[in-house]
Amino acid sequence: MGVNPLGAAPQEVHQFSEEVGASDPVTVVGGKTQWNVGGAPDHSAREVTAPTGIWSHEPEEMTVRCGAGTTLLELSEQLARHSQMVPFDMAPNATVGGVLSVGRSGIRRLRYGHIRDLVLQIRHIDCNGKIVTSGGPTVKNVSGYDLCRLMVGSLGKLGCLAEVTLRCLPMPETTRWLTGNDDPFEIYARLYRPSSVLWNGEQVWVCLEGVSSDVEAEAALLDLTETEGPPQLPGDGRSSVQPKELRSLSADDTNWIAEIGVGIIHSDKPSKPQQVSKTNESLMRELERRLDPNGRLNPGRQVVPL
Amino acid sequence: MQISPDGNLLDDLRSVLGDRVRDGDFELGLYGKDGSVLEGRPSLVCLPVNTDEVRQIVKICREHDRPFLARGSGTGLAGGAVPVGDPVIIATAKMNQILEVDLENRIAWVEPGVLNLDLTKELTPQGFHFAPDPSSQQVCSIGGNVANNSGGPHCLAYGVTSAHVAAIEVVLPDGSVTLLGDLAAEPPGYDLRGLFVGSEGTMGVATKVAVRLTPNPPAVRTLLLDFPDVRDGAATVSAIIAAGLIPAALEMMDKRAIEIVEAFVNAGYPTEADAVLLVELDGLPGGVEHGVEVVRSVAERHQVGNIRVAADNEERELLWKGRKNAFGAVARIKPDYYLHDTVVPRGKLVEVLEKVYKIADAYDLIAVNVFHAGDGNLHPILAYDSDEKGVLERVHAAGRAIVTASIEAGGVLSGEHGIGLEKRDYMGMLFSAHDMATQDLVREAFDPEGFANPLKVLPSGSRCSDSFGQHVPDGAWV
Repeated sequence: MGVNPLGAAPQEVHQFSEEVGASDPVTVVGGKTQWNVGGAPDHSAREVTAPTGIWSHEPEEMTVRCGAGTTLLELSEQLARHSQMVPFDMAPNATVGGVLSVGRSGIRRLRYGHIRDLVLQIRHIDCNGKIVTSGGPTVKNVSGYDLCRLMVGSLGKLGCLAEVTLRCLPMPETTRWLTGNDDPFEIYARLYRPSSVLWNGEQVWVCLEGVSSDVEAEAALLDLTETEGPPQLPGDGRSSVQPKELRSLSADDTNWIAEIGVGIIHSDKPSKPQQVSKTNESLMRELERRLDPNGRLNPGRQVVPL
Repeated sequence: MQISPDGNLLDDLRSVLGDRVRDGDFELGLYGKDGSVLEGRPSLVCLPVNTDEVRQIVKICREHDRPFLARGSGTGLAGGAVPVGDPVIIATAKMNQILEVDLENRIAWVEPGVLNLDLTKELTPQGFHFAPDPSSQQVCSIGGNVANNSGGPHCLAYGVTSAHVAAIEVVLPDGSVTLLGDLAAEPPGYDLRGLFVGSEGTMGVATKVAVRLTPNPPAVRTLLLDFPDVRDGAATVSAIIAAGLIPAALEMMDKRAIEIVEAFVNAGYPTEADAVLLVELDGLPGGVEHGVEVVRSVAERHQVGNIRVAADNEERELLWKGRKNAFGAVARIKPDYYLHDTVVPRGKLVEVLEKVYKIADAYDLIAVNVFHAGDGNLHPILAYDSDEKGVLERVHAAGRAIVTASIEAGGVLSGEHGIGLEKRDYMGMLFSAHDMATQDLVREAFDPEGFANPLKVLPSGSRCSDSFGQHVPDGAWV
């Protein structure tokens, strides 16, 4: 047993572990905002929901611990009281656990990095209904294997997220969105760490954040006009390429918006499944087999394309 | 005539590597140690020059039922590179080429033996750098950074190694070669790359690494603040972060550290102070100047003495030279040192520091504190002379007491040095047996027989083979 008196799992996590149980197939339901990613879950699986609530927010530590079922709206409202944020940039009714299980970052990844790098500690319920803790509550930690990163993007197939501790960031003093028709690659090269550069083949949108004098100075380098916010993304379609490959996109009849410097393309076309190498597929299947031998966690969903 | 199994192993490895297999007594002794106080002995040392040679070494090791251990520069502080179980060492020192700098993707492909600072020096003229900057960056390798998920002062703002590695070519413990991660934004499947980073060589050997390049900041300001009381310094750290400012680096040194560092580098550190903070702000000029003002006003509310702002890059480098050479400078008071790497909540820094001093006193040791205060990452150095009889027992007992105090304060075992061999048996302080068994299942997916750097990270006996699903009765599944 650990000696850490602060480390015990709260009652809500124990209750969730009982709810998940150890026998029948279960599907974790969050806000259903990205429900179709990885395919529909088996109808036969029993639906469970992760606990909700912000269990601790220590502004001076810049960490927040909450139930995985907590909505982004509740999280952001709490953090905003202390001028802090977790830049997930997803639908307000999405849940923290859902966003992490899907593992897709929001449109400010260019500046804030992948959402997995915001995760400090995860408690999940394993296939036996037992609580597993990985990572640590501090802002920096390399104690043990990095199961937190493995869980992000795992669609709940290796464990059901119950509790998450996240690193918070200070809210920028100023946020400005600009738009125009300049070359997005030149804009990206000219700016120091912009928060977002989006492009649809004709029009570019740039998000600048920081203290107002810097934002104004950077905006002055560009021949763009002020706009209210980011454009509406064209649909649920999403593909991923190397950042430099975005240059080969052209403004044809397809409706798309690309994240410059990142390599994500949002479009109205359904995403094509990406292939995994044979060797990696067998490693991934081994992980699934070892952590959930009977496939009872979120059956039907596919992290590894068939 | 019977040939010993080791004789065969040596011959088989020589047939691939020629004289780049070493079995001399002196060299085997050298490769028995790393930066920790632990020591072992390898059976042989191999110096491959490319992925295919690494692959063949792993294959040959398996044929001879012999474990292997990948080693970078051997600067690790937790015994991760100390050989246990007679392994063959795969030293990456000759795999030291920067293969490609891909500015458009902001990626560099490097071999694992490339030294951290050499990479940054190569990138600087092109306007970029590799963000993780451990104090050992002049000599530590990128492969070692990947194995330990290394940090450094600047990871406060930029994140540790995992955030700066896009893809890794790996020779797996079964001898197959694969690419974990990708340069594309969202590689499909589970994040094997993220799992591999920080796995301390227990999941395979990294043979190429695609690291992310970070643009050099347009403006940098470095400040040295001195405090008459270490408590005020620590309170300043918390208050800076609470004010919504995340400096690029926020380092603290206590009185004894200041004294030995100043005697060593003559950086003008105030030897009369009880503690100093080294604060670096970087980014666009407005944000940097705003940050300087925040630091100044917070520090003034906490009894700061002098605030020295580096006037130019030369002065900045001098201030950093003091910080980055602090561990070496300890040799001025005692020939040996042992340090821990726990992380505690920033708000508990003072409480835990005071315990560290008491523990050192109780075990009649000298404690020197130089650490990454901004993220609560303590590096208490226990200085000692190994010729002194029985001293190592006291050092270990004091180390254990420091780790216990840190975890009781809500902290963790290691912030950036890793678990290795040294802290392996402390894992149970932080994790339940079931947590560790789960971690071992994950490791086993890569290396079921335990060929890669055996006996590291998890205490022996972590595996409880019947805990996963096997007790579920047949027919319980739909």
